Amino acid sequence: MTTVAATSGVPTRRRAQSARVLVRAILLLLVAAGALFIMLPLLWMIVTSLKEQHETYLMPPWRLPAVPQWRNYLTALTDLPFGRYYLNTLTIVVPVLLADVLANALIAYGFARLRGPGKDVLFLIVLSTMMLPGQVTMIPVYILFSKLGWINSYRPLIVPALFGNAFFIFLLRQFFRTISTELDDSARIDGCGYFSTLWRIIMPLSKPALATVAIFSFMANYNDFFGPLIYLNSNEKFTAALGLQFFQVRRGASPWHLLMAATVVNIVPCVLLYGFAQRLFIQGIVFTGVKG
Amino acid sequence: MKRREAVAFYTCISPWIVGFIVFSAGPILASLILSFAEYSITSPPVFAGLANYRLMFAGDPLFWHSLKVTMIYTFGAVPLGLVLSLTVAVMLNQKLPGLSLWRVMYYLPNVVSGVAVALLWTIIFNKQFGLLNWLLYKALHITGPGWISSKQWVLPSFVVMSLGGGGGPMVLYLAALQGVPTDLYEAGQIDGAGSWRRFASITLPMISPTVLFNVVTAVIATFQTFTSAYVMTNGGPQNASLFYGLYLYRNAFRYFKMGYAAAMAWVLFTLILIVTFVLLRSSSFWVYYETGGKGM
Repeated sequence: MTTVAATSGVPTRRRAQSARVLVRAILLLLVAAGALFIMLPLLWMIVTSLKEQHETYLMPPWRLPAVPQWRNYLTALTDLPFGRYYLNTLTIVVPVLLADVLANALIAYGFARLRGPGKDVLFLIVLSTMMLPGQVTMIPVYILFSKLGWINSYRPLIVPALFGNAFFIFLLRQFFRTISTELDDSARIDGCGYFSTLWRIIMPLSKPALATVAIFSFMANYNDFFGPLIYLNSNEKFTAALGLQFFQVRRGASPWHLLMAATVVNIVPCVLLYGFAQRLFIQGIVFTGVKG
Repeated sequence: MKRREAVAFYTCISPWIVGFIVFSAGPILASLILSFAEYSITSPPVFAGLANYRLMFAGDPLFWHSLKVTMIYTFGAVPLGLVLSLTVAVMLNQKLPGLSLWRVMYYLPNVVSGVAVALLWTIIFNKQFGLLNWLLYKALHITGPGWISSKQWVLPSFVVMSLGGGGGPMVLYLAALQGVPTDLYEAGQIDGAGSWRRFASITLPMISPTVLFNVVTAVIATFQTFTSAYVMTNGGPQNASLFYGLYLYRNAFRYFKMGYAAAMAWVLFTLILIVTFVLLRSSSFWVYYETGGKGM
């Protein structure tokens, strides 16, 4: 009886197993198809950037150029002063990055570690400003900056970073709270004040979180379009993102090969950064999204 | 000691307090006041009562039109994005080989600037030489529409494009799925629940806080769509993609009707508050919190 059950059980089990393998193969195929949907446009962008203009009208669209036109990159980047646009972008992105890391670490330290009256209410306000749409504050803030005579300067794009950012405060505060308070206490016994505790204990232990803030800050400001669009109006002050859009306006969309060459250059820093630091990225996103 | 700590606390958060007053609370109040005025920056503001709101609701068809455009886009992009990013996350969670590689690829479009994505999709959507219509023709023998140059297809185009950004929510779903305790599944299996039943009765409730979070952030983001519309179509053809954010921008920075734009911003703000409130309120019916408390 038992032997019968055992022998008849083997083929069904094997069948079930092969069905499972099949399901997984189908799933893998679907996932790969989705990834292709995502990657194909990016690959096509690179292929197009290496074509001659007449080749952009040839079918099939992903046909490789007869001879890769590397000079498209030179043409695209010198057609407008892109070198200058990238320098301009750096003059915004670097100070903002420093301010984002330092100011938010300080603020988050207060919320994570120190007690004071009204703290819970204040933190709730921090969280609610994350949901605040930029459009609501943008007009008075623009008027404020224009009254200060800051239009067409980088100050409106840099100065607000000194005052913290709700998203980063939240991210760092969550991280700081995972660090054992015993470390603070022993630092206190050794004579560290609040601020040197932050500087000597908390910040060195929070390097991954601070790096995540730095990366997100870089990405957000490097890619920002709306801020530069409303605050910068003279050509030589443009950022890379604004210059890219200006390139399309000036040349029209038709020289696809040049437009795509300029676009490839524009996305390279972020893609590289993402490639090297993707673990920090994923951690950062997950940290703020799930552990609410 | 306690007092010293309170002083240190307020010192630490003082940048945020100043920033909150100057860049959030003050401007919110100012834009509310401004919404009852006429103001072009160059001349001093003039009190206008409800004129801006009256014009908006009764005398400006473009206001209603831009609201409609934004709503259609939101109702297309948010549910589709939700289903798609959740589906991919569930598939990836079946311990498929190469998980981290797939995840990297799916998230990639999220790190590329809005302008670059918009320019790329502009040529993908090209009627004659674009990638999309070629694929449609090759695979299905369909002659594709003009996409962003067509009045009927421009909003579906934006929805299609938005799906490329689904990697962001997907990463969150994946993390939530990985956080579902396996013993729940084992218990379900013992009770004879099939895989669909296990998904509906275990997985979905367990990850529902993440669904809520993603829906709320997605709605807020789509309500504010700007860069893609500005770069790709600038509202065209014939205002068919005149998103609310774009029309607001034009009023503020093209026509310098700051009072009117502030009124529009307040309407947007109110709408976002209502939608967020409804979603959060309704969440007690469909979001399961393990601790019994409120998440988010």
